[in-house]
Amino acid sequence: MTLLQWLFDGLLGVTLIWLAWQTLASADLFKAIVLFIAFGLLMALAWVRLNAPDIALAEAAIGAGLTGALLLVALARLNAVAAKTDNTESNRNAKQRFAPEDSVRTTAAVNQGFSNKQNLFRYSLVLMLSAVAAGLAYAVLSLPPEAPGLSRNVAENLYLSGVSNPVTAVLLNFRGYDTLLEMAVLLLALLGVWSLRRLPEQYDSSPGPVLDMLSRLLVPLLLLVAGYLLWVGARAPGGAFQAGSVLAAAGVLLLLAGWRLTARFLGWPLRFALIIGLAVFVSVALIMMLSGGQLLQLPPAFAGALILLIETAATLSIGVTLAALFYGSRPQPEQISARQTDSGGENE
Amino acid sequence: MEKLYLSIALLLLITLVAGLWRVLRGPTPADRMLAAQLFSTTAVACILLLAQAFGQASLRDVALVFALLATVAAVAFVCCAWPGIELEKNHVDD
Amino acid sequence: MSMTDFFTLLLLIAGAFFYIAGTVGLLRFPDIYSRLHALTKADNLGLGLVIVGLALQAESLTVVFKLILIWLLVLLASASVAHLVARSAQQKGIKPWTR
Repeated sequence: MTLLQWLFDGLLGVTLIWLAWQTLASADLFKAIVLFIAFGLLMALAWVRLNAPDIALAEAAIGAGLTGALLLVALARLNAVAAKTDNTESNRNAKQRFAPEDSVRTTAAVNQGFSNKQNLFRYSLVLMLSAVAAGLAYAVLSLPPEAPGLSRNVAENLYLSGVSNPVTAVLLNFRGYDTLLEMAVLLLALLGVWSLRRLPEQYDSSPGPVLDMLSRLLVPLLLLVAGYLLWVGARAPGGAFQAGSVLAAAGVLLLLAGWRLTARFLGWPLRFALIIGLAVFVSVALIMMLSGGQLLQLPPAFAGALILLIETAATLSIGVTLAALFYGSRPQPEQISARQTDSGGENE
Repeated sequence: MEKLYLSIALLLLITLVAGLWRVLRGPTPADRMLAAQLFSTTAVACILLLAQAFGQASLRDVALVFALLATVAAVAFVCCAWPGIELEKNHVDD
Repeated sequence: MSMTDFFTLLLLIAGAFFYIAGTVGLLRFPDIYSRLHALTKADNLGLGLVIVGLALQAESLTVVFKLILIWLLVLLASASVAHLVARSAQQKGIKPWTR
């Protein structure tokens, strides 16, 4: 690596550590979330430098964009709940914690309250974490300079997988079982969120004309980019998760700009979109098993077509699931039709 | 030429880090929202330069997704930033 | 160094200059509204110059179109986001800096 590359990577690494520390140390939650999003975007830049564009795409989309939006809405809901209840002592402290300007005062007041036992606990925790960090550093430094792992095996068998991007081949063909279970986990997470108590709407009553126009222009472009990433995933960085998360970003933008689904789409069409990915994956796996092979053994002749089919269904499911996770509670048709009149928009 | 791309990319990274200082300091939450804007322009140029320096065309797709997602993050900032806590008046000077 | 490389060099250095100007403005301007100006206008101009410089070196017309698409997208997004942030700041009562 040349000097310039060392400087670049060094600055990137130092900034990442500094951002992580600032995120954890800030008492203002909004500042912490903004720094977390900045950390996620810089992390995507680090993945780019580590020669992993697939992970960079996923990190930028999920780690920075979607998780950041999720945290922000959670903060807005927390503040609304804190502001709505009575002005008791605990709630005044809670408000102080969320207030943007009182960082120094809050931290000082909190620090004075630590007892000796808590100090001992903190110091032993620091020691333990330092030991873990030292162990990790030793493990990383004692790696051989060239550690190809299984990449040679993947490269040798790539022609059997039906695609020419090794990442897609591993995710959808050689280790398809992991991806199938990941999608099940995502669906279970959504079920978990939907089983909680319903929360009231939090957004502004109506978006201004600029936000409206921005959503109308950006969402088709996001859909196009999602389709492009899905298609190009067979031979270049891309694939179902990246395309799905860009699709979810489109959904998040629509939700933020005040668009809501009409009641017609909230019942079976929504459920269908949520389960289609997992359903197609499981069906393909079972059909392969029933026609004489192992579970999820894709025959090389039409592996490419099967992978594209699975990825298309998975993209739709992942996008809708992540957007539904962002929305939070299970959408109720009665509530939606009441809002139709003042939001005035109708779309999918 | 690769040296040129890398040195400009390094310069852009330094401006990015300098801009992050404003995100940290900025007295109002609006200053913090500038972070998304900062990444949307500076990091995109950085990635495009890296794409040209190392000849990886896939990084241009990464730059496109970066620009899009930074915008969505900025819209989320604006919609959910000041949720009802009364902001202290007018921290307009530094 | 060929003519194309020379022009790329000029354009990239000009772009970097505008980025630095934008960051100096971001750090030194007195209130959120002027910082928005510095960040949006100067950085976008820097991005435009960098993209034109890279487009000169592109290996195919598709790449040029993709670069121009990225630039147009960032233009649209920056303008809209700047408006949204400024409107949000004004609604919360942040007054512009006066001498």
